Order: sequence, then C-alpha cells, then structure tokens
Amino acid sequence: MNRTLYGNLIFELSKKGRKGYSLPQDYDRTHTTAELPEALRRKDAARLPECDELTVVRHYTNLSHNNFGVNDGFYPLGSCTMKYNPVINEEIAAMKAFAGLHPLQPAETCQGALEVYYNLQQSLAELAGLSEFTLNPCAGAHGELTGLMVIRAYHESLTPSPSPVGEGSDGSESPLSHGRGAGGEARSKVLIPDSAHGTNPASAAVCGLEVVEVKSLPDGTVDVDHLRQLLAEIGDQVAAMMMTNPNTLGIFEPRVLEITEMVHKAGGLMYYDGANLNALLGECRPGDMGFDVMHINLHKTFSTPHGGGGPGSGPVGVRKGLEKFLPTPRVKLVAPLSSPDGDTTPMFSIDWGKEAPSGAVGGASTSVGSFFGNFGVMLKAYAYILTLGHENVKMVGPLATLNANYIKERLRDDYLLPIIGLCKHEVVFDGLVDKSTGVTTMDVAKRLLDYGYHAPTIYFPLLFHESLMIEPTENESKETIDAFIDVMHKIAAEAKSDPELVKTAPHNTPIGRVDDVLAAKQPVTTFWRTLPSSSL
Amino acid sequence: MRQPLPSLTGGVGGWSFKYFPHTEEDLQEMLNACGVSSVHDLFADVPEAARFKREYNLPQALSETDLRLFFEQLTHPLSTQQLICFAGAGCYDHYAPSVVQNIIERSEFLTSYTPYQAEISQGTLHYIFEYQSMIAELTGLDISNASMYDGATATAEAMMMAWGNAKKATRVLVSETLDPKVRRVVDTYAHFHGVPLQLIPAKNGALDREALDKELAEGGVAGVIVQQPNYFGIVEDYTGIAEVVHEQKGIFVINANPSDLAILKTPGEWGADVAVGEGQSLGIPMTFGGPGVGFMACTEKLIRKMPGRIVGQTLDNRGQRAFVLTLQAREQHIRRQKATSNICSNQSLMALYVTIYLSLMGKEGLREVAEMSYAGAHSLCDKLLTTGKFRLTFPGQPFFNEFCVDYDGDIDALLDEATEYGYLAGVKVGEKTLMLAVTEQRTPEEIEELCEILDKANH
Repeated sequence: MNRTLYGNLIFELSKKGRKGYSLPQDYDRTHTTAELPEALRRKDAARLPECDELTVVRHYTNLSHNNFGVNDGFYPLGSCTMKYNPVINEEIAAMKAFAGLHPLQPAETCQGALEVYYNLQQSLAELAGLSEFTLNPCAGAHGELTGLMVIRAYHESLTPSPSPVGEGSDGSESPLSHGRGAGGEARSKVLIPDSAHGTNPASAAVCGLEVVEVKSLPDGTVDVDHLRQLLAEIGDQVAAMMMTNPNTLGIFEPRVLEITEMVHKAGGLMYYDGANLNALLGECRPGDMGFDVMHINLHKTFSTPHGGGGPGSGPVGVRKGLEKFLPTPRVKLVAPLSSPDGDTTPMFSIDWGKEAPSGAVGGASTSVGSFFGNFGVMLKAYAYILTLGHENVKMVGPLATLNANYIKERLRDDYLLPIIGLCKHEVVFDGLVDKSTGVTTMDVAKRLLDYGYHAPTIYFPLLFHESLMIEPTENESKETIDAFIDVMHKIAAEAKSDPELVKTAPHNTPIGRVDDVLAAKQPVTTFWRTLPSSSL
Repeated sequence: MRQPLPSLTGGVGGWSFKYFPHTEEDLQEMLNACGVSSVHDLFADVPEAARFKREYNLPQALSETDLRLFFEQLTHPLSTQQLICFAGAGCYDHYAPSVVQNIIERSEFLTSYTPYQAEISQGTLHYIFEYQSMIAELTGLDISNASMYDGATATAEAMMMAWGNAKKATRVLVSETLDPKVRRVVDTYAHFHGVPLQLIPAKNGALDREALDKELAEGGVAGVIVQQPNYFGIVEDYTGIAEVVHEQKGIFVINANPSDLAILKTPGEWGADVAVGEGQSLGIPMTFGGPGVGFMACTEKLIRKMPGRIVGQTLDNRGQRAFVLTLQAREQHIRRQKATSNICSNQSLMALYVTIYLSLMGKEGLREVAEMSYAGAHSLCDKLLTTGKFRLTFPGQPFFNEFCVDYDGDIDALLDEATEYGYLAGVKVGEKTLMLAVTEQRTPEEIEELCEILDKANH
C-alpha cells in the first residue's frame, strides 16, 4: 500500500474527445434510436468520463495502491473472518464457460453449473447438519431475511390464512398470500440476544417480525432464566429465536442445547446466524445443536473474497421438513441417467416455482432474487471445499480457535480481557488495561494502521465500552501473529510513554483521520456536488 | 472415536496443507501458551451431545491440478454449452473491455473488506464515490447509494421505502409490465413486510393508463413502480404519472436498464423519485445470473430514507479531500430494528466493474452500445417478420433492444432446434410468445443465421 494519497477522481482526468473502447463498425444501420419519439429520449448526454485506456488503467491501479487487502497484510477484523482468498478459485470463477452462461439457458445446456449449485448445497448441508440449502441469497443479511421468511412461511402453513392462498412449487399449499393480516400473525415475535449483530433485529423488522431482546449474563452468554421468563410470558407468540454460536463475543454458548429445546417446546424455531461458523468446522454442527434454519456467509467461512463489501453469498439451510418453504428457483436432482456401460450421470433440473397468476399479485412462490444468487461466488466456495476435502476442512475450526486463544493469552497483560476462559475463533478485549492516559480503542486501532495492520473490529459488540475484537483465522502463521502481538504491546507502551502519538494516529497512511461530522452535515455524494454551482 | 489431530511433521502421512501454516513445533508452542495439550481441549465448553464425532461425508482433498481438471470437465460443452446469446429478460451479453476484469482482480480491491477504516480504504471509497456520481448522472437523480444486491431486491427495497415514507397510504401499485421475476421478489418482500400491493394491468404490452389513473384517483397510494424499457422491451411513455403520484405524497419508482439510459429519457426526467435496476449490463459478465449489482438513486429529499451504504466527501485532519462512509445513522449497525433496511454490505466489487466500464466506454461508448443494440434488435425483428412465421406481439409499440414475437408452432421445439446450432434464440415468455434481445455483441452474420434457423425450423 502507498503511504501517499493518489486522490484524483476519474472525472477530473476526462478530456473531451478521448475514448477507451473500440466497437465493431460494420453493422446494419437501417434503424437508429432517432426513430424513438423525442419524448422518450434524454435531453442531454450523460456526463460520463472521456478517457483513453491507459489513463483508466493507471487511475484504478493508483487507487488500488490506497487500499489494504488480506494479500497486503494481517487483517484481524473480528466477526468478518478475513481468511485467505485462494487464487485458484478466482481462475475457476472466471472460466469463460461459466462467465458467459445465461441464467435462462435450457437446463440441458447448463448441467455443469447446476451440478456446482447442487453439490455445493449438499456439501453445506453435510457441514451444517441440515437437510437442504438454497444458495440464492446474496449476502449474510439477505440470508437472515430469507431464513426468517422460511420460518414465517412455516408458521403460516400451520395457521389457516384468511387471505388468498396460492400453490407452492411442489403442489403443496404455499403460504405466500398477500398483504397484512396473512396467516401466522399469532407468532409475530422473534427473540434476539442483546449481544446480537445489528442485522438480526433489522432483518426481523424487514420480515415483519417484532424484536424481543433476551438479556446476556455478565459473561456474555444468553441469560437462560430471562429466556425462560420470556417464553412463559409470550411463548405462544414466538416465531423464532435467532442466535449465533459462538456468540458475538467469541464465546461458545454452553447451554445451547437447553435453549433450543426450550424454544422448540414453546413452538418456536431456532435460527442460527452463521457469521461465526468458522470456529465450529470440524467440531460441531448447527443442526446437531438443534437449529432448524441457518445462513452461512460463503465470504467468511468458505474463503470467497469480500471485494470491498461484496459480492457475498448467504446460503440458507433448513432441517428436514422445511425444504418446501425455501425460495425458488431451486436446483433439483432428477433420476440419474444410465449409460450402456453402467455409468450413471446425474441430471439436474430447475424448479422455477410458480409465477403470479396473470393480472394478480400474490399467489407466486417466494423468491429473493431473479435468478440463482451470486453463482460466481458459489464457484469459489465450492472450489475451496474441494481443495480442503474432508480431511482438511475439519482442521479449520481448531486452528482458527487456537490462533485466537493464543492471541488472547499473550495480550491479556496489556489489554483488558473482560471474560476469562476459552474463546473460539475470535477474542474481545475491552480496551487497554491501563486507561489512565486516555488512549481509547479507536486510538489503538488507528495506530495499528501505522504499523501496516488492518484494525480489529472496534466498538462491537456493544456490551463493552471499548470493544476490540480480534479474529485471526486459521490461515495466519505463528510468525505473523507474534509480530502482531509485539506491535500491540508496543502500542500499549506508547500509550503510556507518548499518548499523543497514539491519539493522533494514524501518521503513516495516505490520509489522516477524517471529519465524519462534516461528511454527514452537508452530504456531498457525487462529483457533481463537488463543483461550484456555476459550472453545473 | 474422533480422529486424533494429524501430526504436521511426520506423523500421519506427513500431513500438511497449503492454506494452514502451522508446523508441529508451532502447534506445541501455541498450545503451551494456552495451557492446553490439544486443540480439542479448546472445545471443552461444547456439550458432549453437540459434538461432531465422525468424518464429514465430503470428497477427499483435490490437488490444484485435479481441481482444474474437475472444473474443465464440468465446463465441457456436453455439460455446459456456450450459446450465441439472443436471450435477455434481465441478463444481457454485453461487451466489456478486458481492462475491467484485469483491474477487478487486483487483490487490494478484491481482498479488502467494507471500507470502515477510511485511512487505508481510499481506493474503495474513491471508486464508490465515482460509481455514485455515474449512477446519479445516468438516472438523472441527485443521490445514488453504494449499490445493492441485484435489480430485484433493489426494487423491493424501493417498495419498502415508499411504504415507510407514506403517512396514510393503503397500498403500493406495481405495473404488470415489471419483470415477473422482479415482481415475485417485490411480492415476497411485501407479503412479509406487510405491504399491500395492487397490480396495474397491461394493455398491448404497456401499462394500462386508464387503470392506473383510476387507482390513483382513489388515493392512498404510497408508490407506483414501473419498468423502463419494460419487461417486454417496450419503451413506455410515463408522461404525467409523477405529478399525480406526488399529489398524494406518493413515490414514483422506475426500474430502468442503465445501459439504455445513454439514450432514453432518465427516471429523473420522468419525475421519478427513485430509480432502481440491475447494473449487470454495464460491464459485468452474465455468470449464470450473478453476481450482478443492484443500483438505487433518489432525490435529495429522500436521502435519509435510502437503504444501503453511501459514500460522501469530507476532509482529513491534514486538510486533504477524502471519502468516507456517511449518513450511517440510517443503518442497521446503529439503528438495529429501526434501520431503513437490513442491508449491511453493498455489492462493492460489482460496482467497481460498472465504474471501470463506464470510465472506458464514457459518454460516447455507452451511446454507441445503445445504438448498436437498438439497430441489431430492429434488424432482427424486420428479418423475422419477413419470414411470415412471426408476428409482433405488441404491434406499434416502440422497443429498444428486446422485443416479443408470436409464433404459431411449438416454441420449445424451436428453441431446442436453435440450441443444436449453438444459439440461445431468446426466452419463452408465453405459450406462443418468444422474446429476443440483441446487444452490440451480436454480428450481422449471427443475426442472419439465427433468422435462417428459425425460418427453416418446422415445429
């Protein structure tokens, strides 16, 4: 990463008359868009940049030099599982045969792609201890929403709906009717631990569910007594409880079996937020803990790159009996074809589900995207699983957990460890042990940037004032981790000897700390707003 | 009995693995520091009944060579066929300069997270700011967010935005000419979010204005959602809708194909408050339908109701212009269940595809793409009509680069036959209706050959 700011915007490099593309010129020009009525055409040409190819290449290359990725250095961003993104997976995802595939090709012409989809969902089902997955959701939060839809659809199927009801793709009654007052409103509440990630309550709200918080004990785990009390009061209104385990503090919920049993007894389903699944690979499976529905972040546990914030992929899995509530399209295995020499070839088909009847809303099967979700991401995850194989995938959780516990033990002299005991794949500190010089978690995080590290997750979870959450992943070597630990100790020493140095960090990055208030007060969110009004 | 931890030096077959750097010596030192004797001791807090004790039923590890071989087999033409694409319906085979893919693969972009640490994420923040500027310019609106999952979910988000913005509304109106796949997603979200939808029927492939006017006259409309060009490729005239929707404080949403916006009247010019759509046509490979990128732009007035990440300009403490995630008080990590949406990430890398593509194509290139696609589609349409076997499904309607024709024979058989010649001859959208799309990638020869195949076919 460069230590100086490149700083230009592509619009500032634009010069009238330049171009960075070439298109064939021999085509039938009988028709032009001038045929369209003027009322349908835009008045002024869009002010897009005009640049030659090299200018564009240099611009984005220079921009990349002001960015920090996993390939640049240690990225201990807690809860985000910044593991190595294998290069071979990129090669496979970019294969022309996949990249050039149209999603509405006849199933016979895209069997290879359907096989990837089907086998990946089967692999995830095995790793999760569940029955079937949909790979259609595009991200973790999208998976949460999809999973909650599955749960609501399940409850609706138990409650006769007063609204029109359509048929599901498999001929069963679909719960998807329409509008307010649909069936299942009796179970309108979702229990969420107060330590949960913000997407959990937000997804519940989008899904039309009311959030009820379950308290945490001082050690960060679910207060089972409080849960019992809630279930006694509103158990018959509970659609589900959402949990992540290990929880957002990196602590395994020791009473998870009791919790899932209690919620099941009250008639609710258990939702597993797969954000922290990486810790458990090889050691335990959500399905075996009693969870009914879950999502997995392929961009965390299965190594697909985060891409600066996406594309991710958030497959949703369900236990047996809930498959019919998964959204369409679904990829299905049909009877294998046998060849004369006895070999069998699997054949896959696409179930597009039911379209809305003409002229009506509702009545269609549920869908969370137009096609199959982020197929390109699935290719990378499947390549990763095949590369690991059963013999290596089981080492992921143990090694990630070892790395985190090692950091925990070696840093607890300088950083406040609020919860003593084992952690899983990540560890949360509550700032420095010695806070007397006023150096905060923010300062420590910013100082780490000076030393060439990405910062840990800070101020999350919300249970502590100075949360500093470190997740090393299984890919980091002891040398890398030792060097990081040394720097963390060094920063703790600086906080004592020269607190101003830490409070004013970073010093060594392309830009210094930014003015967030200024950004929000008068939002300037396009290039056009950066120009003096006279030039617009 | 669970398998013992494989020894890393010697032991069980000299086990080591390319993504795990731990040597036997490392393991010992780290375990000692943790005060345990085995990695499994770190899971002592997992109840016995929840432990996974057998081997995963998964294949054995593949070497890189075998992995490549495996995927080469899957992409053998017998199982995955590269067809000359005349299909659209929301996913288009456009040209992208090779620079796009090359830059995308730069690991500084590819392997970074959401740009929370602005000091080491100016690369990402810069391009998102550029992306927002380009989307705002194409749609003719003030503000764009940093992107969304896809066009369908972006449309569903706009529906919820309209509902959340309304004070006394009773429903959101959806045009029947909105892509049924998108409609289904909007329907699904509306069902669970508790938003009553009302479908406005189509007439000759376009929104039935009389039916719309009647609904609007009844009042209580939180929003109206239409598509441009619509699902059938028709460029609709939306004159006058915005005014009536605004009279009852509703929101007018246009789902647009951004590639066509080089030529077509912008959502802003139609008076739309929100523009959404799928950005795949701007330099992103089809990849079996995803990842693409959803875009959303809106008027200044609605900025605080907008879901998703937004990047804004600011200054750093050295006085330099810098970019940063802003207006986060709308988002789930601050507002939890009161957030404008549950969306957490954007589709950042896909927004980078769009940004680099638009930087290269620029003002003229995007127009040229639109002209070529328009010319190709109309040329194909002329030729198909000349065969006498096809009729325009929606006569007299202006279309852009996609159109529908009726055919009296068996469309499935027709499509199958074209497949044998290596063509994807469109998408069946009705018992008798075939929809075809043409992009600048289709040569005059391919257009000619497809016509011959379809003309000769006897189904």
